[in-house]
Amino acid sequence: MSDTRLIVGPFNRVEGDLEVHLDIAGGSVRAARVNAPLYRGFERMLLGRPPSDALTLTPRICGICSISQSAAAARALAAAGGHTPAPQGETVAALIHAIENVSDHLTHFTLFFMPDFARPCYAARPWHAQAAARFTAIEGSAARQAVEARAALMHILGLLAGKWPHTLAIQPGGVTRAPGPRDKVRIAASLTAFRRYLETVVFGAPPEEFAALSTRAALMGWDTGDAGLFLRIAADLDLDALGRGSGRYLSFGAYPAGGGHGFAPGIWQGGAAHPLDLSGLVEDNAHSWMLGAPAHPETGQTIPDEDMRDAAYSWCKAPRLGGLTHETGALARQVIDGHPLARDLAGGGVLARVAARLLELARTQMLMERLAHGIDPAARFMVPAPDLREGTGAGLVEAARGALGHWLRVEKGRIAGYQIVAPTTWNFSPRDGTGQPGPLEAALVGAPVGPGETTPVAVQHIVRSFDPCMVCTVH
Amino acid sequence: MNILWLQASGCGGCTMSLLCAEHPDILSLLADAGLRMLWHPALSAETGAEAAALLDRIASGETPLDILCIEGAIARGPRGTGRFQMLSGTGRSMLDWLRALAPLAGHVVAVGSCAAFGGVTSAGGNPSDAAGLQYEGGHGGGILPPEFRARAGLPVINVAGCPTHPDWVSETLLLLAAGALGPGDLDDLARPRFYAEHLVHHGCPKNEFYEYKASATRLCELGCMMEHLGCVGTQAVGDCNIRPWNGSGSCTRAGYPCISCTAPEFEEPRHAFTETPKVAGIPVGLPSDMPKAWFMALASLSKAATPERLSRNAVADRIEVLPSPRKPRG
Repeated sequence: MSDTRLIVGPFNRVEGDLEVHLDIAGGSVRAARVNAPLYRGFERMLLGRPPSDALTLTPRICGICSISQSAAAARALAAAGGHTPAPQGETVAALIHAIENVSDHLTHFTLFFMPDFARPCYAARPWHAQAAARFTAIEGSAARQAVEARAALMHILGLLAGKWPHTLAIQPGGVTRAPGPRDKVRIAASLTAFRRYLETVVFGAPPEEFAALSTRAALMGWDTGDAGLFLRIAADLDLDALGRGSGRYLSFGAYPAGGGHGFAPGIWQGGAAHPLDLSGLVEDNAHSWMLGAPAHPETGQTIPDEDMRDAAYSWCKAPRLGGLTHETGALARQVIDGHPLARDLAGGGVLARVAARLLELARTQMLMERLAHGIDPAARFMVPAPDLREGTGAGLVEAARGALGHWLRVEKGRIAGYQIVAPTTWNFSPRDGTGQPGPLEAALVGAPVGPGETTPVAVQHIVRSFDPCMVCTVH
Repeated sequence: MNILWLQASGCGGCTMSLLCAEHPDILSLLADAGLRMLWHPALSAETGAEAAALLDRIASGETPLDILCIEGAIARGPRGTGRFQMLSGTGRSMLDWLRALAPLAGHVVAVGSCAAFGGVTSAGGNPSDAAGLQYEGGHGGGILPPEFRARAGLPVINVAGCPTHPDWVSETLLLLAAGALGPGDLDDLARPRFYAEHLVHHGCPKNEFYEYKASATRLCELGCMMEHLGCVGTQAVGDCNIRPWNGSGSCTRAGYPCISCTAPEFEEPRHAFTETPKVAGIPVGLPSDMPKAWFMALASLSKAATPERLSRNAVADRIEVLPSPRKPRG
């Protein structure tokens, strides 16, 4: 195949708008540029407003990571005011957040990622008939089961958060509704029903058994449930080798409660875990339609380049830590948390990212059950935070798709600075001032492009394996 | 009928909410009503060149379009170019696509308050110069002029809400499929009456607190949130407390105020969302269809008559004083 260029879009079954530019040579991708083609300007909308407005506006950045945004805003406000939430409020907030993340993992696996294996280009593969029956977009049997299970699980959000998405239930001091004993048993019942779905449909076995897998070899031997189907496909197509990552991972730590985390924060680099240190964080605008020198989000600004200069190609900034890209998401979280299977998969590609998401689905079911069991209906769920007049603070959480940070500055009772770095801002960042491509751009290099392919299916697998959320990316 | 669904400048939350539809699930519900997605950005198989070709076929008229659903506001910036949102892979802005497709559609449905009025995307000085399809805030005329009518004769149907309740969207589509949604079924902002003829106040579990003006002072107390915490459920359209969200929820049931997310310009309350602005201690923005003096008179009477049970429970985070109905004489 001769050298050629492709523009891939509209890129669907990702959350939000995405366009991928590919330089192709010798039947594979030589270079990729990733464009987030939407700008809304949330960080500017927030300036001059009362600090508490962030709790209403930032969830509306994203309809799929809404609670993650909410949790990050609440924690930034609490940090800026030096306020400690009620411990039981933290527990309920963690449960609310976990339900969103689990739902997102399920939506991603069933509705966004797997339908590509039902494509006619795989008609000759031995697993294709089963993949088509289960995962054909909209019509596959898995889609209906997943949306039903997800909607039923979200009844817990109806109880605790009023609705999903876009709740105001999570506050700097805790949560707005105190669950009683009957809520607690109802939540447990909903979680048990979701467990049954995971056991019968996704894993074909108790989640504990999937969570106990500790090596790649053991993983590849898993043959039950939709997870088993995916792993057969992954082995056949060698998805481990496709879209491999740098092996540098970042996690802000998921589900903070009682001074600890459900999944640990940290950085993974050079095959070893390091403490989370964000002093070397900058957002670079060299190839973004944004103005301003590279800056830490504490001092950064968002000034769109209305001329959309030719040297740039995305509304996404390029966050770098110590000058380097970092991949974030379920794989990063599980590697950093020290799960042996994830550690064995570290540095991997499509297989590693998707398997880590399944692993996290299993582990988070167990975590949600523990959180729900730990609800004390007699406790206080809110310690109201005083009005915030002056202060700075960061809210660091983990959305389904990775590390999400809000950096807030309040002066004279108004928001004077608000910067957001979202997971896909890390994963799908454009090149920086040194020309270093973002994690997806790097992972796409070498992806095979078949003769006549205008929307290469390998590229689609790699892109979707990151579970991108473009609306968060470009807030 | 077929549906083309495009996500303009918004959060995608109305699609995410729609997936929470139940009894039956949304995929069955639409299929059973003969509603078929030509393309949906979160659900359909087609990506890239396949999707672009499909859009071209619709734009050329080769594939007739029954229902165009737009989720999200339409960005006009920078400088009127619409380039703040390019529909990827097509080299054309969403602004351009909307203008091309709307006249071809049998019906145009604005899904969510961003698509209807601009919504949160137009908050805070409107950095992307976004507008709703046929409204800019509360003013008629957005990207499409006030006189715009889709092929079947209706204006843009504004299924407003942030997010929309899954049933608001699905039932609007079911009514369209049944040919049962006429101009008289829309309110004066073109919102379907079946949910917009109710107020969020209707069925609110805090109604007894409201009746006695027994108010919560902080977000975790049980009392009515109108006096102090910014709740505008008495003036907000929506059947949120008649048909709950995600099983049994609503904003007020979860202990936080209604911010009237179904209304134009809800994103700019001109005060903190969770605080009630007051003049001389009296909340501004009382129910709009009642004389203020009467409201004040009733409020002071009912405050004076508030039972101890309500005044104590209003500032508690769970019921402390139980109702004590008269026991039957034995």
